[in-house]
Amino acid sequence: MIAVESLTKRYGETPVVDNVSLTVERHSITVIVGTSGSGKSTLLRMINRLVEPTSGRVLIDGRDTRGEPAYLLRRRIGYVIQGYGLFPHRTVAENIATVPRLLGWDVRRIEARITELLEVFSLDPALYAGALPHELSGGQQQRVGVARALAAEPLVLLMDEPFGALDPIIRAKAQDDLLDIQRRFGMTVVLVTHDMDEAFRLGNQVAVMSGGRLLQYDRPAVLLTRPADPFVSRLTGLADRAMRLLSLVTAGEAVLPGASDGPAVASTTSLREVLSELLWCGADSARVVDANGVVRGRLTVAAILARGRP
Amino acid sequence: MPRAATVLRLAALVLLVAFLVTPQSFAPLFAPLTQYGAPPIYDQGNLLTLALAQLGTVCLAAAASSIVAVGLGILVTRPSGAQFLPLSRTLVNIGQTFPPVAVLAVAVPLVGFGEKPTLIALFAYGLLPIFENTLVGLKTCPPAVLEAASGMGMNARQRLLSVELPLATPLILEGIRLSLVINVGTATIGSTVAAKGLGEVIIAGLLSSNTAFILQGGLLTGLMAILLYDGLAGLERRLLRPVTLD
Repeated sequence: MIAVESLTKRYGETPVVDNVSLTVERHSITVIVGTSGSGKSTLLRMINRLVEPTSGRVLIDGRDTRGEPAYLLRRRIGYVIQGYGLFPHRTVAENIATVPRLLGWDVRRIEARITELLEVFSLDPALYAGALPHELSGGQQQRVGVARALAAEPLVLLMDEPFGALDPIIRAKAQDDLLDIQRRFGMTVVLVTHDMDEAFRLGNQVAVMSGGRLLQYDRPAVLLTRPADPFVSRLTGLADRAMRLLSLVTAGEAVLPGASDGPAVASTTSLREVLSELLWCGADSARVVDANGVVRGRLTVAAILARGRP
Repeated sequence: MPRAATVLRLAALVLLVAFLVTPQSFAPLFAPLTQYGAPPIYDQGNLLTLALAQLGTVCLAAAASSIVAVGLGILVTRPSGAQFLPLSRTLVNIGQTFPPVAVLAVAVPLVGFGEKPTLIALFAYGLLPIFENTLVGLKTCPPAVLEAASGMGMNARQRLLSVELPLATPLILEGIRLSLVINVGTATIGSTVAAKGLGEVIIAGLLSSNTAFILQGGLLTGLMAILLYDGLAGLERRLLRPVTLD
């Protein structure tokens, strides 16, 4: 658990982060979203002390982060930045080995970890372990960046606009990969983005920041249905808030008992996509099928529409 | 083109070695440049010994310049040393702008004749290219890479040794190479204060109006400088991993 307590950062008189408090639950993904200059990156960088707060404190699992030298703290916290910052003079394997080496792991353990991570990120170790960063595509560099951050099995992963440089298709894949990896390793993720879609797609909790202040910190659905501030509703978008709400619920969660002769949809599909499919086919209801092909029930247009209201 | 360059390089090397080992075989070539039956090839010392002595002096001075210039470059790019940047730059610039001949004149009364004043002059003269290249190399490390290094938990020393210096190495080596080449030529003036080197041949030629001496001293020095620069560049390409920064 990460507890941010009345954190403030001032440069001169201007507060960049102004008295922000929030709690990040263990094993969850929290997304900090805001426009540029909102202080979201500074807030993130105060968690691993790349920026030292003017006042306030951060506790990770109850321990004050100022209790040890900053560089030792950072070895226990994964960190991914926009542009990835891979070491251009080191191979992919050496890049991934960075923190384990700093921690003094033995060679065999490091090698095993490199191979494991490359396989998790679908990079063939035989092809990529010895490659230099400039030989990789943008998407591959991004994956190596995340693999490097996870190398020493950190309990916390901080990500600053990690998908900002990717094209939309690769970005969507990278976001799915992050969700898979978070489920697999169970680390606590704090991610900064200016992209509201990304925030809604990834975040168990979303923090909205503006002008250094935390405007609202809640589940994505609450941000849509009960925005605490006009700025929050502007950021989440008024025009398509109903569709956004639908995109937060999967067919499996909303499934109703009954049979349907409409199109089959997977239980992991979002209601937004189910509705779109029904509109496209001109059907009134869809069959919800789980991963094994077993029919779980049905979803009607009326039931879906009911979910799109606060 | 690369083949032509290789042939030229090999030719220059063969010429240099042949001249240093068997200078007398080039006598017919230089004879037309002499008057009144003066010797066409320098005969008051062994050319090979002189060339090696000059090379030794230059390398020693370059080693000292490199240590000081790279050290200064590192110091002034640290947050704690940034205030020394203007001062260091001024000192290094003075080293380059103060004529080496004047340095010799000042140094001789202090340290006596021979190698020492030459070493001092070359040391001061060679600082600038190494210092400036070190600065550029360290300052142009991509910010994202430095941020990642700190974010991973490297302390300042680890970041310098395993990220900043390796990334700056190609530029630093280029500075050292440049400094070496400039000083191979400059070192010839050391002979005015009795340092051993090919300058001796040139000065002997000036004193006795023997164009052949002047020409062979200059030719050998030039060949040495070119081959040294080329050889070091080749060595660098072989030893360093190709790094692309974007």
